[in-house]
Amino acid sequence: MSKRETFFRGVIKENPVLIIMIGLCPVLATTGTVRDALGMGIATSFVLFFSNIIISMIRKCVPNEVRIPVFIIIISTFVTIVDYFMQVFQPDLYRVLGVFVPLIVVNCIILGRAEAFAQKNSVIDSTLDGLGMGIGFTLVLVVMGAIREILGHGTFLSHPILGKGFAEFPVTFMILPPGAFLVIAILKGLINRFSKKEL
Amino acid sequence: MKNSVLIFLSAFLVNNIILIRFIGLCPFFGVSTAVKTATGMGMAVIFVMTLAAWITWLIFHVFLLPFNLVFLRTATFILTIASLVQFVEMFLKKSYRTLYNALGIYLPLITTNCAILAVTFLNIDNNYNLLQGTLFAIGTGLGFALVIIIFASLRERLDMAPINPSLKGYPIAFIAASLVSLAFLGFSGLFGLS
Repeated sequence: MSKRETFFRGVIKENPVLIIMIGLCPVLATTGTVRDALGMGIATSFVLFFSNIIISMIRKCVPNEVRIPVFIIIISTFVTIVDYFMQVFQPDLYRVLGVFVPLIVVNCIILGRAEAFAQKNSVIDSTLDGLGMGIGFTLVLVVMGAIREILGHGTFLSHPILGKGFAEFPVTFMILPPGAFLVIAILKGLINRFSKKEL
Repeated sequence: MKNSVLIFLSAFLVNNIILIRFIGLCPFFGVSTAVKTATGMGMAVIFVMTLAAWITWLIFHVFLLPFNLVFLRTATFILTIASLVQFVEMFLKKSYRTLYNALGIYLPLITTNCAILAVTFLNIDNNYNLLQGTLFAIGTGLGFALVIIIFASLRERLDMAPINPSLKGYPIAFIAASLVSLAFLGFSGLFGLS
């Protein structure tokens, strides 16, 4: 597989959220606004990127029987780094994301990539894979966040874009929990529809 | 005491872990295809969640807090839960064969269930004492079981319904979840909880 393919696979063809359907909790929970979605996407991508690099570096000296605990320790180290960084530099964002920051450690995408890719491939390939998957994940979060924020608040990144009349009577349903389920249902439905046409 | 009852009800219905907080969605969509498996998973989650809440609470207050090691929380809790699940599995296999036959295959899946880890974190973040933490864990576990069983019975019917092919599988499950979630929003405001 070419380097280019390794990188772009995670963005579209094997998008972790919309195609493989893993790591759904943060996708639904932290996409009330674009800012939260972007913050969560970057935090998760950071952990994914660095844990992929470290795991592929040590892949030859970790015995097979204890690999899962070792991976979990590496991942949770990076999660703790992100956790403390965000508490200091983005306290507002940290308050909104709350328990979902430490929960990055059980995000199936990260352990999934460690198991399926980083422990079998070279450092460069794993770096590209981590980057691509991270971008794919962030992209879906931002799209969900944009749809929900525009319809639910009438704003984009807190800038009003749909006019004053809309901002007074927004579709509050969209920022409530049921709205998150509905948006991802529609996105997945559209993807099913169009990917069938391509085939 | 009143406070503790409210913590239980809030975790069980008002702030339902799956539908309102969005935690533990992977097993929710993965295991909710038949009522029988959903029941098994629900029981296993209640059991492990309560045990995990006790153990992590003790570890946090006996080791991490006095020795100023709070930054190790994430790593300690996830490893504790992983080993706890292994231990429970071995113990049940040896001593309680019937219980093991009922819950056994769901136990390994629970290690990666973020609901368990979330409950242990929330216990610490909300400064619960051991009793409140226990009630919170049982309430959350019951809420998880209730929703997963309701949802499994819905999905058994969805399988037979005529659905647009693009919406088959996950999309229609999400739409159903959206409607159930809307129903659960009706609990907000119950006993003044939000």
